[in-house]
Amino acid sequence: MLIASALLSLPLLSLFIIAFGRWERAHAVAYAGCFIACVSLFSGGLEHLGGVWGAPNLVLPFGLPWLKAHFRIDNLSALFLLVINFSGAIASAYAIGYSEHLHERRRVTPFYPLFLFGMNTVLVADDAFVFLVAWEFMSLASWLMVLADHEKPDNRRAAAVYLMMAVFGTFCLLPALGLMAGAGGDYTFAAMRLKDLSGVTGFLVVLLTLLGTGSKAGLVPLHVWLPLAHPAAPSHVSALMSGVMTKVALYGLIRILFDLHGDVGWQWGAAMMVVGGITAVMGVLYAVMQDDIKTLLAYSTVENVGVVVIGLGLAIAFKADGENLLAALALVAGLYHIVNHSVFKSLLFLGAGAVITATGKRSISQLGGLLNRLPVTGAAFLVGAAAASSLPPLNGFVSEWLILQTLFKGPGLPHWAMKFGVPVVGALLALAAALAAACFVRAYGIAFLGRPRTDAARQAGEVTFGMRASLVVLAGACVVLGVIPVTVTDALSHVVQPLTGVSFKVSADLGWPWLSPVSSNRGSYSGTVLVMVGLALFGAVILLVHRFGTEAVRRADAWDCGHREDIPQTQYTGPSFAQPIRRVFGGTVFRARESVVMPPPGDDSPARHTVSMIDPVWDGVYGRIGGIVNWAADLVNRLQYLTVRGYLLMMFCTLVFMLLVVAVRQQS
Amino acid sequence: MLQQFSYDLAHLIGATVLMAGFGMLYQRRLFAVLNTFAFQALALAAAAAWQAHVQNAPHLYATAAIALIFKAIAVPIALHWLVERLGIHRTVETALSIGWTMIVGVALVALAIMLVLPVTAKAAALTRESLSIAMSVVLLGMLMMITRRNAVTQVVGFMALENGLILAAVSAKGMPLVVEISIAFSVLVAMTVFGIFFFRIRERFDSLDLHFLETYRGDRQ
Repeated sequence: MLIASALLSLPLLSLFIIAFGRWERAHAVAYAGCFIACVSLFSGGLEHLGGVWGAPNLVLPFGLPWLKAHFRIDNLSALFLLVINFSGAIASAYAIGYSEHLHERRRVTPFYPLFLFGMNTVLVADDAFVFLVAWEFMSLASWLMVLADHEKPDNRRAAAVYLMMAVFGTFCLLPALGLMAGAGGDYTFAAMRLKDLSGVTGFLVVLLTLLGTGSKAGLVPLHVWLPLAHPAAPSHVSALMSGVMTKVALYGLIRILFDLHGDVGWQWGAAMMVVGGITAVMGVLYAVMQDDIKTLLAYSTVENVGVVVIGLGLAIAFKADGENLLAALALVAGLYHIVNHSVFKSLLFLGAGAVITATGKRSISQLGGLLNRLPVTGAAFLVGAAAASSLPPLNGFVSEWLILQTLFKGPGLPHWAMKFGVPVVGALLALAAALAAACFVRAYGIAFLGRPRTDAARQAGEVTFGMRASLVVLAGACVVLGVIPVTVTDALSHVVQPLTGVSFKVSADLGWPWLSPVSSNRGSYSGTVLVMVGLALFGAVILLVHRFGTEAVRRADAWDCGHREDIPQTQYTGPSFAQPIRRVFGGTVFRARESVVMPPPGDDSPARHTVSMIDPVWDGVYGRIGGIVNWAADLVNRLQYLTVRGYLLMMFCTLVFMLLVVAVRQQS
Repeated sequence: MLQQFSYDLAHLIGATVLMAGFGMLYQRRLFAVLNTFAFQALALAAAAAWQAHVQNAPHLYATAAIALIFKAIAVPIALHWLVERLGIHRTVETALSIGWTMIVGVALVALAIMLVLPVTAKAAALTRESLSIAMSVVLLGMLMMITRRNAVTQVVGFMALENGLILAAVSAKGMPLVVEISIAFSVLVAMTVFGIFFFRIRERFDSLDLHFLETYRGDRQ
């Protein structure tokens, strides 16, 4: 009831803002309404996850004439309701302050509640029709917000690419769900669960599902829209698109492959792991190179989706071999990373929004020294960056560690491909984690440390209280999720239990604060203990430094570590930080071209060093697809210039062909 | 006995219509095409009248009269007049040689029979044969439209196609008169439009070869 009324209030809020958008306060009111709706949905999800009501159904008499709309909330939906509405609530609270500075806010606010509505409805849908309609709602509402700042040609291009990929995704999901419904045409999920999906149908369902949800989640090579579209939207929307909408796509993946299909071969698990590994490494490599802070974060989202998909693929492989316990563990690890990524990526995007609000700059090489000007934002961003770099004791570490621990069990699978392949994927995952750390050290170091590189960064002022509070809450959530891992995994094992059929505890051997997925003597972790010890050590170090450090005589050096003259250009820059990695992977992964333009003798203008990079996916995949489409269009175009007799001939041949088909079919 | 006779006669008249269709494909001179067309329309009128008698459906007499007056008399005379008036080149210009056209025509008839006979297995024998003949006539009319260059022969092909439709309509029981009347009127209107069209093409290009029309489309340049 709570969930239904909260859901219904969202479209009403959208209508409200369309009616009263001119009124200054209306936007704040609408976002406050979204905040309340999200909080209600969050508490509704919490109640369901607690198992108070089981899995309630609801059937409403609308939709297509012969169908009814089916809704259902089980543990999986409830978990994702929590994920989405936690970030949704924080982003809404943040937007109350943030949207005041947004000149295009009348083009954003009406669609924001619709976006939330679409995402939440996907989660509670229990038939293919509601699922797809809600899915499209989500895509189109976010597309409109990407297009909000449509004066910039880059944004228009991003929106066009996004729309194309969204249409492609739905175009794949539609036949996938149709195949599962079968010729009988019972589109409820309950009927699909009972279907036997083997052979070609099952194969096509898995393939189309991976393409459809993968294009939304940003799997390589379907990720190209993501780094364009996510940064183009206003920051609170980017946070939701990156932190949450990709999770809805993964929800679709889990729902179909684990719940509805239920009989996916291990080869698919292996394929997902390979794709996930490549996605993780490619995503983070591109993230390291980016100068625009929001594009950097979007590429980092690609990386994290890859990490999650590795976990899910591993779960499928284990499940196909009947290792349900390990499958449950892998799924818990994947879901844990979904939760974590949604929190820290929302935090990072909202932090980036705060930086943009304060300075008006998106390029990190025009920032610097922001920690002094924006202490709260800077501290919160540091927590998010550390979590994204998977450093203990924060949440990003726990889930990546769990996935790695599960990967160590992969060679136990009976297939040789897996025995050899799993360690490779593990290496890719480790590489991605290491590069992610490099990426965020660079992003944080260049933007927040050092000295300001521009006047805008020099004069930045801290953002409004509401925005800061949102950031602090999210940073707190990052810490909490990392410090009490066992509580989280126990809750997640409730979610996983109906999908894998076993109930288990990750902390079985050692008890509450210790996470020991495999066995107590092979690997265990406790964020709680780590934080306790860490705090104690930290205190001791501070005491020691105070006791002994301050008494020493200090003398300033003659050259003052190269900072004697106050020229910010002498600092380490973003591109120079990224250069070693660019050199290593340059020719293959980035297609990087470096060129130096020297001024002619006598000219005192500076030499220019430029680097151009292009994602090989553009040329390798999309360029070819574009070529094929153009070729086909040329062929069709010739039909525009036929003679009168040519048209008649075409119609005649078509008619004769169809008559032949009828004649042959009735003979047989 | 009488049943068998009526069936045979209907079959004969239908076959005559079909043969006239082949005859039109075979002619090399424009006036001969028009005369063959008039003959086909005459056979069609006879088929309609015979069906009216056999089915005891007086409204088919009206159909027969329409076919006779318009298609067998008015349209051929009008086309004769047009051809003379415009001084059109009087040989048939083919896009596909006559021999090949005949072979394709035979194949089309085979296709029509193969198609219609199994589909209508449950219908009365009379309807089955007539429908396959009617379909053959339609296909031959289309074939004529695509294998002849001259605008007049295209119009004749179109009219022959209409003949096939009317043949199908009269041999199926219970088709209301309205349908046939409307077909007849549409043919008349088409005739008028084509006539005007001829004058305009002729005025513009000094020829009725559609080839000139194709080069004149504005979107080509």
